[in-house]
Amino acid sequence: MSTTHITDADPLPSKPWLTKAQRQLVSDFVATAALFVTVIAAWQAFVSAGIVSRHVLPLPSSIPNSLFGLIDSGELFINLLTTLSEAAAGFAIAACVGLVLGGLIAEFRIVERIVYPYLIALQTMPKIALAPVLLVWFGFGLGSKIAVAAVISLFPVLVNTVAGLKSCDQGRLDVLRALGAGRWDCFRLVRLPNALPFVFAGLSTAVMFALTGALVGEFVGSTQGLGYLIVQANNLMDIPRVFAVLTVLCVVGTAIFSAMQFARRKVLYWAPNEE
Amino acid sequence: MTMLRRLSDERGTPSRDAGPTLVSPASPGTAITARNLSKAYATNAGEPIQALTQVNFDVAVGEFVSIVGPSGCGKTTVLRILAGLVGGYSGSVSVGGQVVHGPTPEIGVVFQDANLMPWRTVLANVTLPGQVLRLDPKACKERARQLLALVGLAGFEMKLPGELSGGMRQRAAIARALLHDPRILLLDEPFGALDAMTRDNMNVELARIAAQAGKTVFLITHSIAESVFLSDRVLVMSSRPGRIIEEIAIDLPRPRSLDIVADPQFASTVLHIRRLLEDTGGSPRVTLAH
Repeated sequence: MSTTHITDADPLPSKPWLTKAQRQLVSDFVATAALFVTVIAAWQAFVSAGIVSRHVLPLPSSIPNSLFGLIDSGELFINLLTTLSEAAAGFAIAACVGLVLGGLIAEFRIVERIVYPYLIALQTMPKIALAPVLLVWFGFGLGSKIAVAAVISLFPVLVNTVAGLKSCDQGRLDVLRALGAGRWDCFRLVRLPNALPFVFAGLSTAVMFALTGALVGEFVGSTQGLGYLIVQANNLMDIPRVFAVLTVLCVVGTAIFSAMQFARRKVLYWAPNEE
Repeated sequence: MTMLRRLSDERGTPSRDAGPTLVSPASPGTAITARNLSKAYATNAGEPIQALTQVNFDVAVGEFVSIVGPSGCGKTTVLRILAGLVGGYSGSVSVGGQVVHGPTPEIGVVFQDANLMPWRTVLANVTLPGQVLRLDPKACKERARQLLALVGLAGFEMKLPGELSGGMRQRAAIARALLHDPRILLLDEPFGALDAMTRDNMNVELARIAAQAGKTVFLITHSIAESVFLSDRVLVMSSRPGRIIEEIAIDLPRPRSLDIVADPQFASTVLHIRRLLEDTGGSPRVTLAH
């Protein structure tokens, strides 16, 4: 009997400085950064050449100045805090209501039959249209912004929770049923964990919707917040300032998205990939 | 604690061919009885489909009995009725001397799919029945470790199901079905989704586990060779509407190895069942006889 031994001790010709995956990452980063620099440079060139008016697009080089001004005066911090608290409160309300209502709809046919038609009617309506009314109902302060954020971000949570709870694999439920498990055990041991990937997808969408909702609420009428800063700067034709706030929003959005991704990996350790 | 003691007793018994005395600590007698069992399913078309007609059989305590039949003959329905998962039948069914009204902890079920919860570790999956039946968590954990060793998964306790192969998942499902120490194990084509070679190995393992655990086992399969290899008795079921057309006692000596396919008695029994099923119009498959 002859055998050929293949061992993992076979030395590679030379050990590379970076693995293939790492090299890929570095080259991706370089390409992305190069694209960014190119676009900004072209933008700067077009505007300073006068092809595009400075009242329409600011000079990219003027944005950092504006941004530092906002930071120095303390305006950025207080307004960012306002918008973030509105979005967070709206998101928290939407998450709680969405989870509980979604659970009731998925578990009890009677709730589904009564409530679902209204939910579908509400869902098909662009909820941003409610913002002016909510301003009247909840006042000029934080309340109306929280309400807009909550209303907009409720539906992704609700719809995904219902879908997740209803999509439960019958085979897994049979395992519990064969043991004589009751409804609550089936829910807590199978249906709910089974729905978590869906719930998380809903929450990820909702958190972004909540930020949008808070900003829209501020556009409609407010004295504080990043939305207020944008409207105010726009009215003064201070376009660099508008872009400075947009830059901040971009960073905040990315940070929230990354935080959700991180939380997803921690909570959904068994389902590492997006749905 | 009694649960644990019983397990260690079972682990001490070498195999089931030493006679009926080691089969079960319970009183001897009948584990499963089905009388005049018939079941029709309603369909959207209006005309109900007759799944089973006049099914009669008994399974003795400690016996390993298989139902073999073509796909769609209603064998899974028999198992689901025994497990208390399907109602609306006529006739009577009793398990452990009790008329079946619903699921009972006397029974452990292994389904065609392992149906493990992907968010639970292998160990937590095996202890799941303990949570449903409100058993002592500590004793359950201890017993789960022993059962995982019994099914050959020692060292995999903290893995997630997604990290296991199909055969290993099915082993974990068997361990889970044994956790609450049911006297009867119902298996619904547990290895149907596995490749032929893994399946053969799993059959050898199942014979060993069933012998060591000393359970009454009721197996549903469409593999004739599998049923003959594993069983004390094979019930042959016709195509729909399903009924038992023949009962065949398998007195091949135990423990049986895969080499048994070369045994003339094995081959003639397989052939006999195959002829029976061909006569009923089914299309049986043979996986062990290669």
